[in-house]
Amino acid sequence: MSSKAPDTGGGAAAARRHEPRMAAVDLTINGEAYSVNADVRTSLLDLFREHLHLTGSKKGCDHGQCGACTVLVNGRRINSCLTLAVMHQGDDIVTIEGLGTPDDLHPLQSAFLRHDAFQCGYCTPGQICSAVGMLAEVKQGRHSHVSETLGGDVVLSDAEISERMSGNICRCSGYPNIVDALREVAGDRS
Amino acid sequence: MRSFDYARADTAQAAVAQGHGRATKFIAGGTNLLDLMKLEIETPEKLVDISRLDLKGIEDTDAGGLSIGALVLNSDLAEDHRVRAHYPVLARALLAGASAQLRNKATTGGNLLQRTRCNYFYDTVAPCNKRQPGAGCSALGGFTRNHAILGTSDHCIATHPSDMAVAMRALDATIVTLKADGEARRIAIADFYRLPGRFPHLETVLEPGELITHVELPPPPKGLQLYRKVRDRASYAFALVSVAGVISIENGKIASAALAFGGVAPLPWRDARAEAALIGEAPSTAAFEAAADALLADAKGFGANDFKIPLTRRTLIACLRELTAGESA
Repeated sequence: MSSKAPDTGGGAAAARRHEPRMAAVDLTINGEAYSVNADVRTSLLDLFREHLHLTGSKKGCDHGQCGACTVLVNGRRINSCLTLAVMHQGDDIVTIEGLGTPDDLHPLQSAFLRHDAFQCGYCTPGQICSAVGMLAEVKQGRHSHVSETLGGDVVLSDAEISERMSGNICRCSGYPNIVDALREVAGDRS
Repeated sequence: MRSFDYARADTAQAAVAQGHGRATKFIAGGTNLLDLMKLEIETPEKLVDISRLDLKGIEDTDAGGLSIGALVLNSDLAEDHRVRAHYPVLARALLAGASAQLRNKATTGGNLLQRTRCNYFYDTVAPCNKRQPGAGCSALGGFTRNHAILGTSDHCIATHPSDMAVAMRALDATIVTLKADGEARRIAIADFYRLPGRFPHLETVLEPGELITHVELPPPPKGLQLYRKVRDRASYAFALVSVAGVISIENGKIASAALAFGGVAPLPWRDARAEAALIGEAPSTAAFEAAADALLADAKGFGANDFKIPLTRRTLIACLRELTAGESA
């Protein structure tokens, strides 16, 4: 981390606003340990894509509106575009690359194939990472906006799936097949 | 994004010691701050990372309420068994806000401090008094569908975006802070937000470098609680109008009423006159309409948001019916 230089006037301060400042971060991604030195402005998403060549996580809006960048941090789904890499010191992260391989698909990946739950596919890595987080939340008994009551068991109806996945936008509007894929995997687990 | 110095704080005392410098911001979840930094609407010169502070617990208070750490995630606060059982208006408001991914990152303190989603605030080529004091307000005379109808000024008509804060306003929460000099302070949520007036860039009474450490809820209120949010789509959208209501009835008459509103004002709105119109009355359409009249007596639309006045009235009356169902005279 850089030390704070004294302000010597508007010109120097203004120039400093564009001067990169670097920070080191150690974190685990898909079971592998990484130590990276990056500009403090680097988002977690850009760390994956631009520094580590893990390009499975997609940049859609870069403002937390589309969900294409969704990954799991310490088991919880978040938008990787809206968080700084440097804030993830010591964290355990799973991206789409860590969920399955072409030879050994994650159950959600194979369900997406069976149900043709994509068209262009750009939102798919985020949809699948989000769904992994969502199914874990259901297993923990977490409630949603459409849950009838705030106590008792959560039944994963189609309305629950839609509400819980609303942070993932599909520009091709492949939602019915995405819901089919998620319903099947959720059913297999219950 | 402009560059900044980054420092990670280990204790709240260390955070405030580092947090009072010029153009310094605390960052926790970062979901709103980073969004605004990418657009260079927020341009801090230093970020103090408070995300590792030990402010993640929810504790019972001696008074019988709850003390919520400022870093409790929105998703975890909504799921806390005490919040679900005793403060369902808060759990429901949290679950109605944002997306699951954002709720997994957004914190209690940060939610209180999120900035408006006024489209002109976000449009960096449009003059905005909130973004650049004295520049003028582009919403006045512009497209106002999402703007406020209560508490506006000639300088700003933006709304406060939070759902959580609306429920906390109905619950009479207290915001506990640590000031830059190390002193703790308690601020009633009724006193926490500022009306825009001539200085819409000043949104709260927090001093530079003052850190929210907790939000305290008083003991659970009597009666029924409800949060209703009306929006353009069923999920993941800001409120056009929202109502947080807590009503108790004794001997067939309304004994207490707390009503807070989102989407209609620069801050989580509450009007004692609307509540007073209900106290001592038997639940009835006439009483509900009197409350709506009192609430909206000073409401002012700006064209495209005129619809919010009847929508607020109808949403309030629907909520009051639901909260008093079975008790109506």
